[in-house]
Amino acid sequence: MEKKDVPQDHGIFGQWHAICYVTDENGEYVRTTSSGWEPTNIANGIAWEFINEELAEVTEKVRKAELSPLAYYMKKNLMDVKMLSQYTGFASWRIKRHLKHRVFKNLDAATLQSYAAVFNITPEQMRDIP
Amino acid sequence: MLPKGDNGAFIHRQSAHCESGSTSNLLLNYGIAASEPLVFGIGSGIFFGYFPFLKVQGMPAITYRSAPGGILKNTARRLGVRFEKFKFKDPEKAMDALDRLVDKGIPVGLQTGVYWLPYFPDALRFHFNAHTLIVYGRNGDGYLISDPVFDEPVTCSRKDLTKARFAKGMLAPKGKMYYLSDVREKVDIPVAIKKGIKETCRLMVKTHVPIIGAGGIRWFGKALRRWPEKYGQRKAILYLGHAVRMQEEIGTGGGGFRLMYAAFLQEAAQILGDDRLSEMSKSMTVIGDRWREFALYAARICKNRSAAGDNFDLLSDIVLECSERERRFFSDLSETAR
Repeated sequence: MEKKDVPQDHGIFGQWHAICYVTDENGEYVRTTSSGWEPTNIANGIAWEFINEELAEVTEKVRKAELSPLAYYMKKNLMDVKMLSQYTGFASWRIKRHLKHRVFKNLDAATLQSYAAVFNITPEQMRDIP
Repeated sequence: MLPKGDNGAFIHRQSAHCESGSTSNLLLNYGIAASEPLVFGIGSGIFFGYFPFLKVQGMPAITYRSAPGGILKNTARRLGVRFEKFKFKDPEKAMDALDRLVDKGIPVGLQTGVYWLPYFPDALRFHFNAHTLIVYGRNGDGYLISDPVFDEPVTCSRKDLTKARFAKGMLAPKGKMYYLSDVREKVDIPVAIKKGIKETCRLMVKTHVPIIGAGGIRWFGKALRRWPEKYGQRKAILYLGHAVRMQEEIGTGGGGFRLMYAAFLQEAAQILGDDRLSEMSKSMTVIGDRWREFALYAARICKNRSAAGDNFDLLSDIVLECSERERRFFSDLSETAR
């Protein structure tokens, strides 16, 4: 890649830039900044599209009370039961129970607080989904 | 013996990649002239592995660099630099230990997850746990951070940094931290360069392990051809996007680290007075640019959602070409490191 061709396709980096190693007019390697490259923006977009599709499916189930709000926050934070178990210290089987609406409704404050702390929200926010 | 840093104040130099950038910035802070490309080469950072049986957030694992931690470890050993390393079970103890070092003016390297770092752009906020950054100061509740892939230093609260240091999932950091504690009398960069090149060539073309190195690229190329039929249209596109991200998004300097490696070879040519390495730098630039073309075509296919067989055939052909180029390249390169 030559310095004159460094892409400046603003996208996933937001306000930031990435360093690229490119050759200058003398063929010498220099570092330069790039605000982004369209193929990378596209690939990243694909990943988020899939994630958001799955989140939409979970949201629908939570609204119908087929799953509890925990399922929403878990998905929103890109976690699965195993990862959530590692964060909370709760056994996987307990978390799976808490994904059921009727079990979640009756969760004690301490358990709710444990989940909320992982997701950086309040226990009040955990009781429902936006 | 620990040489003094040139001005005592840590200098943030933006880098392409977190581990090579952190290592380089720490060494430069102590007066050891090791640019990021030099560290990357000495540390044998360039690599390839395709591990479809290992799923990373549901995707087949593809890597264009060596195992996390390897660049720091190899560079330290080959330059005769000693790093003190620590791991913690207790987050509070981990943060107190960090505070004690930082308050003494010692810059500290940390392994962290990126998900909980507040300054990370939302689009890049995934559960990636092998990130490296340097803490060089404290300011009230905030930590002054030189995160090498960002334009300038950033700050982070104790709460967020604690969470990042103890992020869970694959490659969990477990509070890992390190600082530079000693340097050998004479740092022999030419010898370190040759050792770095030798190890890289060994991994890329001499191991006969089919899933890594140039052979691994070939295996990936052949597998890619069958993705639409094996995984279906939707997943094939998702996995293709993932491959592009591993090559270009995670901070590689362009072309899956190949362009940074070309920069290393050019610098090595000057240090060793070896013109062959200059020529090899040009060859590696061509290879890096070819990988960039792969990413360009792959992104086009992703955008149009066109996982038709002949599109993946074209991509497969590019990868197979890269595998053959890299096989020849690293075989030739190993001759220069004798």
